Amino acid sequence: MGSGEPGGAATFTGNRALMLDEALIFEIGSTETTGVDFADSAAPTSDDRLGNLARSAPIGLPGLSEPETVRHYTRLSRQNYAIDLGLFPLGSCTMKHNPRLNERMARLPGFADIHPLQPIDTVQGALALIHQLQHWLVTLTGMDSVAMSPKAGAHGELCGILAIRAALEARGDVRQVILVPESAHGTNPATAAFAGYRVEDIPATEEGRVNLEALKARLGPDVAGVMITNPNTCGLFERDLCEISDAVHAAGGFVYCDGANFNAIVGRVRPGDLGVDAMHINLHKTFSTPHGGGGPGSGPVVFSKALTPFAPLPFVEKSGDHYVLVEEETAQDHHASAFGRMVAFHGQMGMFTRALSYILSHGADGLRQVAEDAVLNANYVLRSLNSVLDAPFGASGPCMHEALFSDDNLADGFSTLDVAKGLIDEGYHPMTVYFPLVVHGAMLVEPTETESKAALDQFIGALRSVAERAKAGDAALKSAPHFAPRRRLDETLAARKPVLAWKDPQLAQAAE
Amino acid sequence: MRYLPLTQSDRDAMLDVIGAASIDDLFVDVPEAARLDGAIRELPGHASEMAVERHLSALARQNTVAGDVPFFLGCGAYRHHVPASVDHLIQRGEFLTAYTPYQPEIAQGTLQMLFEFQTQVARLLGTDVANASMYDGSTACWEAITMARRITRKGKAILSAGLHPHYVSVATTMAKFTGDALETAVPDLAPGPDTASLIERIDADTSCVVVQYPDILGRIADLSDLAVACQAHKALLIAVVTEPVALGAIKSPGEMGADIVVGEGQSIGVGLQFGGPYVGLFGCKEKYVRQMPGRLCGETVDAESKRGFVLTLSTREQHIRREKATSNICTNSGLCALAFSIHMTLLGEAGLRRLAALNHRRAVQAADRLAQVPGVAIVNGAFFNEFTVTLPVEARPVVRTLAERGVLAGVSLGRLYPAEAALANGLVVAVTETVTDEDIEALASALGEVLA
Repeated sequence: MGSGEPGGAATFTGNRALMLDEALIFEIGSTETTGVDFADSAAPTSDDRLGNLARSAPIGLPGLSEPETVRHYTRLSRQNYAIDLGLFPLGSCTMKHNPRLNERMARLPGFADIHPLQPIDTVQGALALIHQLQHWLVTLTGMDSVAMSPKAGAHGELCGILAIRAALEARGDVRQVILVPESAHGTNPATAAFAGYRVEDIPATEEGRVNLEALKARLGPDVAGVMITNPNTCGLFERDLCEISDAVHAAGGFVYCDGANFNAIVGRVRPGDLGVDAMHINLHKTFSTPHGGGGPGSGPVVFSKALTPFAPLPFVEKSGDHYVLVEEETAQDHHASAFGRMVAFHGQMGMFTRALSYILSHGADGLRQVAEDAVLNANYVLRSLNSVLDAPFGASGPCMHEALFSDDNLADGFSTLDVAKGLIDEGYHPMTVYFPLVVHGAMLVEPTETESKAALDQFIGALRSVAERAKAGDAALKSAPHFAPRRRLDETLAARKPVLAWKDPQLAQAAE
Repeated sequence: MRYLPLTQSDRDAMLDVIGAASIDDLFVDVPEAARLDGAIRELPGHASEMAVERHLSALARQNTVAGDVPFFLGCGAYRHHVPASVDHLIQRGEFLTAYTPYQPEIAQGTLQMLFEFQTQVARLLGTDVANASMYDGSTACWEAITMARRITRKGKAILSAGLHPHYVSVATTMAKFTGDALETAVPDLAPGPDTASLIERIDADTSCVVVQYPDILGRIADLSDLAVACQAHKALLIAVVTEPVALGAIKSPGEMGADIVVGEGQSIGVGLQFGGPYVGLFGCKEKYVRQMPGRLCGETVDAESKRGFVLTLSTREQHIRREKATSNICTNSGLCALAFSIHMTLLGEAGLRRLAALNHRRAVQAADRLAQVPGVAIVNGAFFNEFTVTLPVEARPVVRTLAERGVLAGVSLGRLYPAEAALANGLVVAVTETVTDEDIEALASALGEVLA
């Protein structure tokens, strides 16, 4: 036991003061233990109505008492980095402060303890909330309508592409191709392919934007549309987007915009003014709903007038003082051509509550300031570090809310991964690495608007120091992190021999 | 602007370092026509914490809260008691405000939790493996159908009449674009699901048969014969569980031979939340693991041979495989999976079995009491905590009238199947441990008065 990290003596337990390793619940719990008391006041029945299906075999679910449970998960939580602990510069992921007011609002029983199929008259407040959020999203984006049900960003992309396909089919126009620029998110081509389209790449220019001429040259009667990320994954604004939209529309196609980076322009630019037909908005990114270790997300999609009739169900509409939930296609109204339903109920209500709370807190003035501060912080990071790290598009104009660097300046044998792992030892979560693919050894830093100048200066100092060590060929960096709860983990082993569930070691041995 | 730390002098100093005269200089790439000159005028300005709280609380008060009234709604979302420590623990900032564990050395908390979650889910569903969660049960169901197509290379899916109509709608929507053929049906108000006719319909083109267990009317039936029939035709049996608490009392679909078991995990730890966010469960046989969609956490070792966990098999995922990706899943429902896992750990096997038994006893008690109301008949033979009754009149207006009287009676089949006249008198009633003797009495007597 114990570990021989630099300067550290071994301990009997292997723990290091406040850092405690934690066994799995399967190793510490038992199937007889429970942390929940039940009042057995229900009248006993003479026989069950389970139709001879009563479970006889053991399930194998260990239980812990309440104090053991609280300790287990509290200890586990301490093995995690989180935005509450410090700057979390994951580019394209937008890790900003998560206000606790939003959490309190989402837990009001009037929102948290209502059923999706309650009679409409008993959920008027919930429908009003969705309607208010719809109003903000449509107004901020300058679009015509919004579908609230998609459950995440990629799900929103699918929603947008399906609406495009439905609109084309409605006019009897069969098209096979979606164009996706190199600078778009990796999920975009997956979405287009999943919706039955062939994907063709459009190259990027030297300066990291869509090649307008290449795109124009490829347009034709077989192109359903283009999926463009704006601001793009190089952190740049697609300056030709109006011209791109005009060309795509003239060729009979539609423009899908990946709105994952909407926080860089919210309140300053309306995508509708750029000619966009559909765009998803990651509520968790732009409007700060917590990421929770990877979800839940929420991906409402805004639509132009042309696509509005094809948006999916359900819809919340206002009729006089009453809110209505439109759950089925009705021939007499504009939902007659809706392409169907994407999820069982109405979307991520808990996320809607948080997002509206955040939006109202900021207001129109505050949201504009959000975009400005996010962009200011990113450009500050870019200019403060471009003397030590290569910034491939540093001359392409200001970056938006994220700063992109490459591994060009590092010593031979040193990689972006080493810089990332070195940052961990400095107390930071690393930036996004090896994405976007257009740049070798990419490091995409997104500071977000909720970081102070002092916090940025500390981070810049840490990243500069690690980068200088990587340029100087400091061997200790190759084995970083040294001070994290785990050293570098063997991901190849995990993929080659997947162990995806716990098996009792004794039983596993006996079976061999 | 309480969430924005920069002061005006910070901003000026930073612009200086950047070499820009004003913030507008950072937005020069925006086409002139699309530049807004100030805050969007149609929207109000920022509000204090107190003002936001007042506004949202007023909206919340306009809703009838399930916990305040006799409450019997189910059909894919169930009201169970969630221990206080579940919400406390998921609100720890290190869980709540963490991201996808891309840097495993500093994300072992999330990763170990997901590994434990996967194991709990696999054992509950009776499958060899499970993933780290999906968006919800309905999207998990669709992903299971596409997975069956990939495995069998056949494109006809048979959806049982007992499958939640919203799940059928989601599959129907997606099939329009992927070209799958779906055979769907609406349920009959019969005591049990029609397994025999499902078996008859399986043929050489069938990729999968999808059954819900317990089904939309709350009925349960042995799936073993269906599993054998599927196997004989090289089709997969997909079972959908929308009430996982049931699996504390009845056999798991995996035990009866299902190849893929998906579910809605909302019942355990998550809460009603007007439909979301929920947590999709997804398990399958080990031999299909590389075709399984969604995120997976796997065990490995670090450079000092200590046990640790990482995301694995991500070569199937869309951000890596681009147009060759096999599913639409990009994230999971991590925080809801955490709530599920904590609640399940508090319950343990003993607690889950007791909870399930309590649910069933309460449901039997309610069914027996409702059967005494003149004009009301119980449809189900067997059920767990949810059953269907028929009324002498259309159920939809009755549900609305009862809501006005302060009783949320259940889900009318008219709400779920607006086009099916034969189902209009049906009402699905769910009874969990949160229902009291007084609630059952309130429902029975109010129903009696409305029908009289």
